[in-house]
Amino acid sequence: MAELTEKKLSTMSLRRRPRWGETIIQGLLFFSGFFSIFITFGIVYELGKEALLFFQMPGVDLLSTITTTEWKPHVNKFGIWPLLTSTLLTSTIAMTIAIPLGMSVAIYLSEYASPRVRSTLKPILEVLAGIPTIVYGYFALTFMTPLLRQIFGSDVVQIYNTASAGLVMGILILPLITSMTEDSLSAVPRSLREAAYGMGATKLEVAVQIVVPAALSGIAAAIIVGISRAIGETMIVAVAAGAGPNFTLNPFIGAETITGHIVRISGGDLSYDSIDYNSIFALGLFLFLTTLVLNIISQAIVRRFREVYE
Amino acid sequence: MMTNNNSEPKYVIETQDLEIYYGDFKAVTNVNMKIEHNKITAIIGPSGCGKSTLLRAFNRMNELYAGTSIKGNVIFNGQDIYAKEVDPVEVRYRIGMVFQKPNPFPKSIYENIAWTARIHGYKGNMDELVESSLQQAALWDEVKDKLHQSGLSLSGGQQQRLCIARAISIKPEVILMDEPASALDPIATLKIEELMQELKKNYTITIVTHNMQQAARASDYTAMMMLSGEGERSGTVIEFDETKKIFTRPSDKRTEDYVTGRFG
Ligand SMILES: Nc1ncnc2c1ncn2[C@@H]1O[C@H](COP(=O)(O)OP(=O)(O)OP(=O)(O)O)[C@@H](O)[C@H]1O
Ligand SMILES: [Mg+2]
Repeated sequence: MAELTEKKLSTMSLRRRPRWGETIIQGLLFFSGFFSIFITFGIVYELGKEALLFFQMPGVDLLSTITTTEWKPHVNKFGIWPLLTSTLLTSTIAMTIAIPLGMSVAIYLSEYASPRVRSTLKPILEVLAGIPTIVYGYFALTFMTPLLRQIFGSDVVQIYNTASAGLVMGILILPLITSMTEDSLSAVPRSLREAAYGMGATKLEVAVQIVVPAALSGIAAAIIVGISRAIGETMIVAVAAGAGPNFTLNPFIGAETITGHIVRISGGDLSYDSIDYNSIFALGLFLFLTTLVLNIISQAIVRRFREVYE
Repeated sequence: MMTNNNSEPKYVIETQDLEIYYGDFKAVTNVNMKIEHNKITAIIGPSGCGKSTLLRAFNRMNELYAGTSIKGNVIFNGQDIYAKEVDPVEVRYRIGMVFQKPNPFPKSIYENIAWTARIHGYKGNMDELVESSLQQAALWDEVKDKLHQSGLSLSGGQQQRLCIARAISIKPEVILMDEPASALDPIATLKIEELMQELKKNYTITIVTHNMQQAARASDYTAMMMLSGEGERSGTVIEFDETKKIFTRPSDKRTEDYVTGRFG
């Protein structure tokens, strides 16, 4: 035994040995990372390029686009506000449903539910997330809208309206927020919960004052993904929110969102390089910028408030 | 059991035929021990014999693991803490715990104590409470200029003393410590031991330790635990006596082997 060790020591070399497996894996991982960034930049480039074409067209300029309130392509009026407000309206309604409900369900699942309940509820939520959004769209139109009309009166609530679309969108986003929030709550180390329980904290105190702050960055990510999903959601609003831009904050009347508008005009015959065609990209760019700004704001908020546990 | 004064010793915690289960697995069996007021009681024994399990049963922390249950009684100041009407939150408020791995909240040093006091409705002067708690935990001088930094920015030994400060800020009667010094260097360990001597004037302390010198140095009573029984073996207290006696003339051969290091 002693001999062996000695021999090993004397002949052991410290020279680097090639590890091909490591090198290949590292290369592959780098390539995947690089590829996804490349694709993202490609999309942004394409969006930017086509949007630029739009703003170079006669009768279109950026200033009036972001300051005027009429979007009427046939008379060369491209004020983005009617589309933007209805996008914000549906998203806000959706998030008003999805954030508090999603957080509550997530806290329930991670801090209160028994393992049995959790293992039944989570798959159900995931199934909910897998339903095609067109189904949600018709659910809004044929269930939510009649319901709203019954509650608020059919003279108040139009057949097509942003409230119905927003509410159903909230249901659509709920599982997403729940599942992401639950993941980040579960990732908070057990020792932290024990610390709080060991000091005589109640379940609610542990959940809300210890676990949630520690998981804040994950929760914020969940909310951001949810908001981005709401802003980008297309099928529900295309089916239920109404066709035709409408500059209003009344949730009970029809108003077309950015995505709804894109779907409608690209559904017709669009010729390449027409003003309608190019406007789609400008609208896409607006969507992209909106989510980007939201991301940046939330990152700043999270950095300010989160409690780093390791 | 002998005590120095003539009056009846006051027992804070008393177990009666205590058995502790994880599901169907009986981890601890047949424990009858009395923990004396304002004394330090050490629990020693080989790894896996159920020391932590027993300690957690003293303030119902074991309930945080799914499927645990107990048989027998744990009496705290004459009251069975497992009785139906007893709230585990109240139990843990009076019987605090310090863990093996320092686990300050990811909040500021100040908030670690203030939060703990606040959830129990403390309405007095918070600055004073924070200072006195940190002082009792012998940490004040080291942190008084950085109270608003994260508790996690401290060294391991400082973090552990912060956890002790947090535990004593709500003035429990008993402090349970599960190997509080196992992650610390000898100097930090000694600090914690000195601290325990200081704290026992006001608190009753029960400590699990693997460190024989620590048990011998720091404790008044020692409980020796070991696996016993046929087939599926459960941990039990095989000897419980004054520390002096455990370490000089134990009555059980297994205790002697263990404390002298002759045990596997
Ligand atoms: N959460 C749990 N679920 C199931 N079994 C457990 C759990 N915790 C501990 N046990 C089992 O109970 C027995 C006693 O464990 P315990 O942690 O109390 O031992 P210990 O004496 O503290 O050991 P150590 O000195 O290594 O910390 C072991 O057999 C262990 O496997
Ligand atoms: Mg242990």
